Amino acid sequence: MSTQKNHAELSEIFNKDEDRVNWHDETLWWVRQKRDKASHAIPDWELLREMASQIKNNVLSELDTYLIQFEAKATENGIKVHWAADAAEHNQIVKDILDKNGVKQMVKSKSMLTEECHLNHYLEEHGIDVIDSDLGERIVQLAKEPPSHIVLPCIHKKKEEIGDLFHIHLGTEAGMSDPQVLTETARLHLREVFLTRKAALTGVNFAVAETGEFVVCTNEGNADMGAHLADVHIASMGIEKLIPERKHLGVFLRLLTRSATGQPITTYSSHFKRPRKGQEMHIILVDNGRSTQLGRPDFRNSLKCIRCGACMNTCPVYRRSGGHSYHTAIAGPIGSILAPNLDMKDYADLPFASTLCGSCTNVCPVKIDIHDQLYKWRQVIVKEGYGDKKKAAGMHAMDWTLASPSLFNLAGKAGRWTLKHAPFAVNNSMNPWYKHRDMPKPPAQSFTEWFKTNRPQ
Amino acid sequence: MSSRADILSRIAKNKPQYIAAPDISAFGNKHSSNANLDQFCAVATGIGATIIFINNLSEIKTYIRNQITNNKRIISSIPELIGLAEDGTLVQAIPHKLEDVELAIICAEFGVAENGALWVTETQMGTRILPFITQHLAIVVNANDIVGDMHASYIRTAGSDHNFAAFIAGPSKTADIEQSLVLGAHGSRSLVVFVLNMDICDESDRPVL
Amino acid sequence: MTVGLFVPCYINQFYPNAAIATLQLLEKLGVKVEYPLNQTCCGQPMANSGYEHLAEGCSKLFTENFAGYDYIVSPSGSCGLHIKEHLHAGDSPEAAKKVRKSIYELTEFLTDILNVEALDATFPHRVGLHQSCHGQRGLKLSQMSELTAPPFSKPEKLLKMVKGIELVELTRKDECCGFGGTFCVTEEAISVKMGKDRIADHISHQAEYITSPDMSCLMHMEGLLNRQKSSVKVLHIAEILNGK
Repeated sequence: MSTQKNHAELSEIFNKDEDRVNWHDETLWWVRQKRDKASHAIPDWELLREMASQIKNNVLSELDTYLIQFEAKATENGIKVHWAADAAEHNQIVKDILDKNGVKQMVKSKSMLTEECHLNHYLEEHGIDVIDSDLGERIVQLAKEPPSHIVLPCIHKKKEEIGDLFHIHLGTEAGMSDPQVLTETARLHLREVFLTRKAALTGVNFAVAETGEFVVCTNEGNADMGAHLADVHIASMGIEKLIPERKHLGVFLRLLTRSATGQPITTYSSHFKRPRKGQEMHIILVDNGRSTQLGRPDFRNSLKCIRCGACMNTCPVYRRSGGHSYHTAIAGPIGSILAPNLDMKDYADLPFASTLCGSCTNVCPVKIDIHDQLYKWRQVIVKEGYGDKKKAAGMHAMDWTLASPSLFNLAGKAGRWTLKHAPFAVNNSMNPWYKHRDMPKPPAQSFTEWFKTNRPQ
Repeated sequence: MSSRADILSRIAKNKPQYIAAPDISAFGNKHSSNANLDQFCAVATGIGATIIFINNLSEIKTYIRNQITNNKRIISSIPELIGLAEDGTLVQAIPHKLEDVELAIICAEFGVAENGALWVTETQMGTRILPFITQHLAIVVNANDIVGDMHASYIRTAGSDHNFAAFIAGPSKTADIEQSLVLGAHGSRSLVVFVLNMDICDESDRPVL
Repeated sequence: MTVGLFVPCYINQFYPNAAIATLQLLEKLGVKVEYPLNQTCCGQPMANSGYEHLAEGCSKLFTENFAGYDYIVSPSGSCGLHIKEHLHAGDSPEAAKKVRKSIYELTEFLTDILNVEALDATFPHRVGLHQSCHGQRGLKLSQMSELTAPPFSKPEKLLKMVKGIELVELTRKDECCGFGGTFCVTEEAISVKMGKDRIADHISHQAEYITSPDMSCLMHMEGLLNRQKSSVKVLHIAEILNGK
């Protein structure tokens, strides 16, 4: 039996500090507003989303062909291509490359895939030191926490807490929390790291089947600082990151950053095609459940995700529960439809961590039907037996009552339709509705009773 | 079975029926080049770059002599600027040697109006790390080399071959700490874009892009 | 025109006035309304909890009650959306299909089918409109703030026909209230926080009433308002449109 707390329990803990919840909510809402401003300024925005979605439809229907094409082109360009069926194999490949080059220290830029594979932990266990170079990732690494957001990894942390971490680990003055000063400190600290690491790992935003090149987007420049100074550059990518042709980059690069942060594009969109002279360049193509998800017609669209994080910023639940409440590498609405594919039992709670309001689906730049998939995962999880067992009995009783007009009307005689029968208050001994909410006062008559009196047939 | 074969066979089994990629040729703004230039300047300024119009490359020299009065290292791969700057093409082998560069001046093939980005290839960088490791960056672009949007960008670079290339849009930045914007994360702390007015500059003074 | 009136179970039991107003409003507009007495629930609470397969009895009953109508009208966007998207009836798929096509939420029925351009109603109060997500994003009763598309709002268009009403601008015009069906108890902490934030938006803009095409959102917000001893009241949109 897992001791992992579920989303509701973790959210309740997060909500003990309401001021912090307000701050978290407002910060992310601001990012959502920036996204709105950027997207509303593009008249063709909705068409652009549709095109991106259709390009990804093509990718998913030809994924094997594109992978083979990409492999051939990349190899031709002098890049070594590796295939990893799962997280363990990915981690092993990274370690083998490092071992072969005698590398004990590596610098890494943002890669949610390596979070998914728990690469840092694995390498540390094998005596290899990994330093994350994205500022936000470095901060959570110092705090020994996972990122809480795929684009804004330390969005849950206040600057004072970051100041404390920097004081302990990087020697800043106690109490210093000015973002300018903290960023400058990290710049100097990480410059030293970039200059001394022989190996750098980066993620991949897009890989082009046509040319064998891959694109990495950052604002900080950390991927480039790592990759161009290292003798060995390893790029890890999920197999769904492929796009057919270079021209398709135009569609995705227009959408990605506007959706993510409201910027028109990231500061750096680096196109890696060949290693520089004397450098080794590796690409690891990682499956880790993606080909299984491809076989689930209701859920395969989740593989269109370009990891912009817009669904998190808009999600009213995410904003008030924090990324860690999802207890998985990719939090928020998209994480909640990806995680059950990896482990239906451990992540059975996530598709229920939503009101199905649908805002995520509307902001998604590749038009993933996120909230519909959340609904569908609920059906699958229950049918597969991972649902809440107590709820099942209540649901049977509910259908029995609601399928019978006489039972329904009997239960509904004024005052008898209590919480016990209210369908939204399933089977709870200590009813959570009452904690902060009053129940509606029972009226003298139900509508049916009123109707019978006032509109006699 | 190897993981490669394993993955490919699972995909072959699980993938949906073939769906064609859509035609995206209708995209792309059809603005005049003046409108593109205006938009480029406005957007680039908005993301933290400084735009300076010049009529010839020697104006860059004057500008830089006024800005950098100490002996800090300036490097450039533009032949016309050698003298003011070290020749960037000479240091390719050991990128680490560029760690103390104060200012790098490079050319861009073109700029993009919709997002203020500049397309720079390895050839123009001299060495890949240069535009990232330098404390400050200056990029020269011809005024009539501004395309409307990213679709036009990829049409323009179709078929071109490069080992490494990047769109660079503004100075390096981060907002990871409480969403407060800080310029100068790991890459350049500032970006100056010299927009070269091609109508005025004489033929011999044009940089080779 | 004959319309089958579908009154969601909790409205029937807790908020009969919303259903009465719906009935009277439709009758005033010249519609013949029939109310099948054997109706209970759309099955959404079960389906949204992952038990769509157990809601078979509900679905069957719903189909039996309503398959005969060309128009089914309900004062609930959420229940309406559930029927439109998820009603299955194992042994009578054709009838279920007809029901899915015939279901209308009240305000869209008024604007799109009856083409209502004027209403005889007065409501001299400051009112905040809560855009219920299922009505808004599901049934597209109004434009969604996420999209790059021209604005419209069917509920707002109708409310603007009411004399004396003053609609308040909200800071977040279409944020979810956090009711979410069984979410309101299974994720109690978040549900409550979302609801508190929503009512705070209305209160900070001096709304006297919060209205909505969905009573379930209002029930949730009313529970919070009453617990906070607020003077702000909730009222289903039908009660305002039906006049006072």
